[in-house]
Amino acid sequence: MSTATLASSTRPRRRNRLLMQEYIAFYLFASPWLIGLVVFTIGPMIASFLLSFADYAVIVPPKWIGFQNYIEMFTDDKLVWQSLKVTLTYSLGAIPLTLIGSFLIAMLLNQGMKGVTIFRTIYYLPSVISGIPVAILWMWMLNPEFGLVNNILHGFGIKGPQWFFSTTWVIPSFILMSLWGIGVTMVIFLAGLQGIPAHLYEAAEIDGAGMWSKFLNVTLPMMSPIILFNVVIGVIDSFQIFTPAFVITTGGPANASLFYGLYLYNNAFKFFRMGYAASLAWLMFLIILIITGLVFRLTGSFIYYEGGIRK
Amino acid sequence: MATKELIAPVNPHQQNWTTAPWLKRKSTQQNIRLWLSTLIIVAGAFLMLLPLFWMLSASLKDEGDVFLIPIQWIPHPIVWQNYPDALTFQPFFHYFGNSVFVTVLCVIGSVFTASLVAFAFARLRAPGKDFLFIVLISTLMLPGEVTLVPVYLLFRNLNWLDSYLPLIVPSWFGGSAFYIFLLRQFFLTLPTELDDAAKIDGANLFTLYARILMPLAKPALASVAIFSFFGNWNNFQSALIYLNTMEKYTLPLGLRLYLSSFGQTHFNYLMAATVVSIIPPRSVTLSKGLC
Repeated sequence: MSTATLASSTRPRRRNRLLMQEYIAFYLFASPWLIGLVVFTIGPMIASFLLSFADYAVIVPPKWIGFQNYIEMFTDDKLVWQSLKVTLTYSLGAIPLTLIGSFLIAMLLNQGMKGVTIFRTIYYLPSVISGIPVAILWMWMLNPEFGLVNNILHGFGIKGPQWFFSTTWVIPSFILMSLWGIGVTMVIFLAGLQGIPAHLYEAAEIDGAGMWSKFLNVTLPMMSPIILFNVVIGVIDSFQIFTPAFVITTGGPANASLFYGLYLYNNAFKFFRMGYAASLAWLMFLIILIITGLVFRLTGSFIYYEGGIRK
Repeated sequence: MATKELIAPVNPHQQNWTTAPWLKRKSTQQNIRLWLSTLIIVAGAFLMLLPLFWMLSASLKDEGDVFLIPIQWIPHPIVWQNYPDALTFQPFFHYFGNSVFVTVLCVIGSVFTASLVAFAFARLRAPGKDFLFIVLISTLMLPGEVTLVPVYLLFRNLNWLDSYLPLIVPSWFGGSAFYIFLLRQFFLTLPTELDDAAKIDGANLFTLYARILMPLAKPALASVAIFSFFGNWNNFQSALIYLNTMEKYTLPLGLRLYLSSFGQTHFNYLMAATVVSIIPPRSVTLSKGLC
């Protein structure tokens, strides 16, 4: 912007030279990312695409096998479907529960309650810890014999389930664990709620709107882009779950917690089937794109953008 | 996870509309509702804190008391000795040091390079810039798994396996698209009159970036530093893939060693080590006043 005003007052040649300098400067300043883009993103993407048509065990050179990997994936390999099932089951449980739970807490906190900051901190606290410590902690929290959860259930006379050791309870265990990190989403929702201008509520009140109808006609529409954002991120995140599954269950029992990210890792770094892992990665990318596209398509008319959408 | 946190700090409507004083008059009904909400919130907060308290309490227990039923909430006796024991039971501080080394270099790299790129996107014109910005945004959608295998093979061919380079070097190429995006948004909020003034005073573009915009962008830079810190401090998968020698392990890998001998895990040591491992990310957020 600034150079434009400066430049227009000078002679055309000097202006051209200045513009040229600015072009060069842009590419110089952006060069770290541009180089990174080629070396760590585009290059690897091409390589990964080519690899997905190859058999490559690292030690011997890659062998071109055409669509063999994809054919195996769709017809022969039952674990692909198992891992997809695990990942989707988890998503269907974890994403709605996280969204509803964090939205509710944010709504409750956003009523001018005393000590909002303290509660916000407390709810956010577990999210600061992530990765290995969380996995370790929950592994023991849900230990069938000594774990805190079953101990408390025992206190109510309920015999707790086997959690991570049971094929039926292992996914609910991961969902429960993910709910501990609800604070991240809650903080986003809270910020969004605080951004809804009060005059909208006042106008609704004047029109005689009750609590429920204010929620339905003001809060939800105003929050819809943020909700959508969290749904999309939730889907992407659940396809990339690796650490907790790797540390706590290594996919067991009986592959009941074989998350897609874990199965991909196993193929690449345990079985050294690099080509197959690459094709799994592309399937994952495709599925994420389709689900995201569907989410956008299905919710399209329900999402309200304050600034409007340029069409 | 860190990606999600980004929306909060960039929210432009930080103003707290609902607590405007003229809205504060409350009827009895509202009071009851407020009390009920507080009750639910307090109960929820209690549930959120319970696991942390349990971990803390277990880390101070005698090994035999850890699995007592019913749960002994306040350890008796309190075994402070667990901490020094746990931290020497495995070379904890060695892993801790490794983690600090890797994380610090990653944070510096991502803050420095992301801000350079963000400056270019916010302040400079060039053909192809809009297209590149779309590319930048679309890389946010790309799951890391797609590039996982080729990037591994790349580092393998460079003979970088079992070194810290694969963990550090990517941070020096713009860090992450999210950091660039976040900083660009922040630079855009700074008035361009600053640029003009600096240029009239004879500043070149690098001076403008380094002396004018960077000091003003401190809050945004701090956010990026924190996100980068979290991401790299907790990075387990890359460390697992690239590090083989135990001396080179970072903390996430090291913590797992407390588990490895599954039958004889010293639970109190494990918890003590875990508690210490979460101190740095905790203090980073505290110091930022994030929460």
